[in-house]
Amino acid sequence: MSDDLKILDDVANSEYKWGFVSNIESDNAPKGLNEDIVRFISAKKNEPEWLLEYRLKAFRHWQTMTEPVWPNVTYPKVDFQDIIYYSAPKPKVQLDSLDDLDPEIKATFDKLGISLEEQKRLANVAVDAVIDSVSVKTTFRETLLEKGIIFSSFSEAVHEHPELVKKYLGSVVPYTDNFYAALNAAVFSDGSFCYIPKGVRCPMELSTYFRINSAGTGQFERTLIIADEGSYVSYLEGCTAPMRDENQLHAAVVEIVSHAEAQVKYSTVQNWYPGDKDGKGGIFNFVTKRGICLGYKSKISWTQVETGSAVTWKYPSVILKGDNSVGEFYSVAVTNNMQQADTGTKMIHIGKNTSSTIISKGISGGRSHNSYRGLVKINKSADNARNFSQCDSLLLGDQCGAHTFPYLEVSNKTAKVEHEATTSKVGEDQIFYCNQRGISTEDAVGLIVNGYCKEVFNQLPMEFAVEAQKLLAISLEGSVG
Amino acid sequence: MLTIKDLKASVEEKQILNGLNFEVKPGEVHAIMGPNGSGKSTLASVLAGREEYEVTGGEVIFNGEDLLEMSPEDRARAGVFLAFQYPVEIPGVSNANFLKTAVNEVRKSKGLEALDSKQFLKIMQEKMKLVEMDKAMTQRSVNEGFSGGEKKRNEIFQMAMLEPSLAILDETDSGLDIDALRIVANGVNALRDGKRSFIVITHYQRLLDYIVPDFVHVLYKGRIVKSGTKELALELEEKGYDWIKEEVDATLNA
Repeated sequence: MSDDLKILDDVANSEYKWGFVSNIESDNAPKGLNEDIVRFISAKKNEPEWLLEYRLKAFRHWQTMTEPVWPNVTYPKVDFQDIIYYSAPKPKVQLDSLDDLDPEIKATFDKLGISLEEQKRLANVAVDAVIDSVSVKTTFRETLLEKGIIFSSFSEAVHEHPELVKKYLGSVVPYTDNFYAALNAAVFSDGSFCYIPKGVRCPMELSTYFRINSAGTGQFERTLIIADEGSYVSYLEGCTAPMRDENQLHAAVVEIVSHAEAQVKYSTVQNWYPGDKDGKGGIFNFVTKRGICLGYKSKISWTQVETGSAVTWKYPSVILKGDNSVGEFYSVAVTNNMQQADTGTKMIHIGKNTSSTIISKGISGGRSHNSYRGLVKINKSADNARNFSQCDSLLLGDQCGAHTFPYLEVSNKTAKVEHEATTSKVGEDQIFYCNQRGISTEDAVGLIVNGYCKEVFNQLPMEFAVEAQKLLAISLEGSVG
Repeated sequence: MLTIKDLKASVEEKQILNGLNFEVKPGEVHAIMGPNGSGKSTLASVLAGREEYEVTGGEVIFNGEDLLEMSPEDRARAGVFLAFQYPVEIPGVSNANFLKTAVNEVRKSKGLEALDSKQFLKIMQEKMKLVEMDKAMTQRSVNEGFSGGEKKRNEIFQMAMLEPSLAILDETDSGLDIDALRIVANGVNALRDGKRSFIVITHYQRLLDYIVPDFVHVLYKGRIVKSGTKELALELEEKGYDWIKEEVDATLNA
């Protein structure tokens, strides 16, 4: 039987395949963080005074805060003075068209499998690619503009649509929210901005690709998505980083505003470098993602497939303010080797007849720890609120841990809240059954795990679902003889 | 095709098979009967390569190869199929997807090209008829929420798809009503082609009315203690196992 465990252990061991470093010249800020650095970033980006003020306020607030210690993760203390807070690929010339893009950057995207050109022509996906701190290129922009859709880098939006940025920035995740949100508000470098006007259904999936390339940099992107009344958008986010021995910090903020009868679907496939088998290196992923359903019948749906990062701390949440609004959270979180994840969601019910669904699938292998942490809060005002939560944990091997921390706060008697949780192991009998049909143990584990995640993968757009399945297979790939 | 010589096996340190001998030639159907705990299912598990069963002696030659040296998946690819007594559920994996993976693995091992979806679907539709299976069942997750009868039918369906040279049916009749039994037996009979061999493990003679065996063996205390034709099964049905037990125990004590 120990042989089986060994096989599972082998299967659970993965090699990170996105660990290349691109040789792109970059323009860095000096290490460390103080008001001058905040001003430096703001100046680099030619920001208006109000934004600098916002950053400085956030920075001053951040200085009064301490790192949260409640997550079920342990990691060496981050030295915030040992991080480069701004790193931009140095442009050789001003970019006028895609052809002027630095060939190295282009090659990086090709390795990532997101050739901008191909994306543009074939996939009908508009891509905003962020390397380190700066948004490199936004494709399809003009096509979208015809419909009045704004999809640009955050920095561009600051200059071109200051009224929108000013109105919504920090409206869902204020800089006072938490330690990392405050840090992000002070030093965020770039990210994506998206606005869908009233009644417009965005004709393509919008996509952002994030990559940390430079050594010793942190990535602090900021994404703001606004769906005006009756609009619809599906937004995809992918992340990778090269292999490095030191830990790198990623502290992003994503804010979504969904107005009455608008729908926002936000899908993430996160594959930051998880560190090596012994837990050396890897990304610390401390991210605040939150959306607000502002109006009647608005809807926000988060889908995430988390396979990377050394430490993940992430709770994509929905504030259900509008009556009859809907929040959804579908998650697959895979941890291997020494990875740790503390992830889940918060569903805050304020409006009447609001409903939320939480489907969380945790998969742990190696010596990793995988925690689900979720809060369902039904406010007094939320008559007839509904929540359904299902949190499943799958264990590969016997040295990993799965933990579930559901929190329920119900202040309205008409609420209906259901919570289901299961923990299972990939059964030896399931593997043997597959073996007996000619399927190797490695493929069997892949098959079983993919089946286990099906409910979540079904929520992803087609191309992304295929990618997620491949990623899962790769993360579970091992040296089974 | 299959030669078992002096096979000894134990599970959790308990000896179950105590020197079992028998031979199966191409196209033959062998029924194995015996009282509870005689080692019938152990034999099936050992042949399929289940890890908890430790072979402590003897040999098993399958088509000239040492079966016991092969991994479970290699045995399957070489043509050994086990219809499970308790088929396993795999949530979220459709029956069709599961089978396509399995069929293509077997084909790959034979140097054949993988079937594409269209070819696979066509073959699947043909084979579904054998066990009167409806299309919805192929889209459901493997065995999940299947009734006992559906599970067993699904085993025979998988067998039809994988076209093994040796099929081992481990108490496939247990838990089946008479209609399901007939469907399963018809499926098996349709797959008897004069070359494919079967080992049918069962408690009851009833199944053998439908799947008529060439030989019947009685397994007791981990050995084959009596062999005969299908008349032996009828005799067992009538007289039970006690007379055989007495015979054997008398010899052992002598």
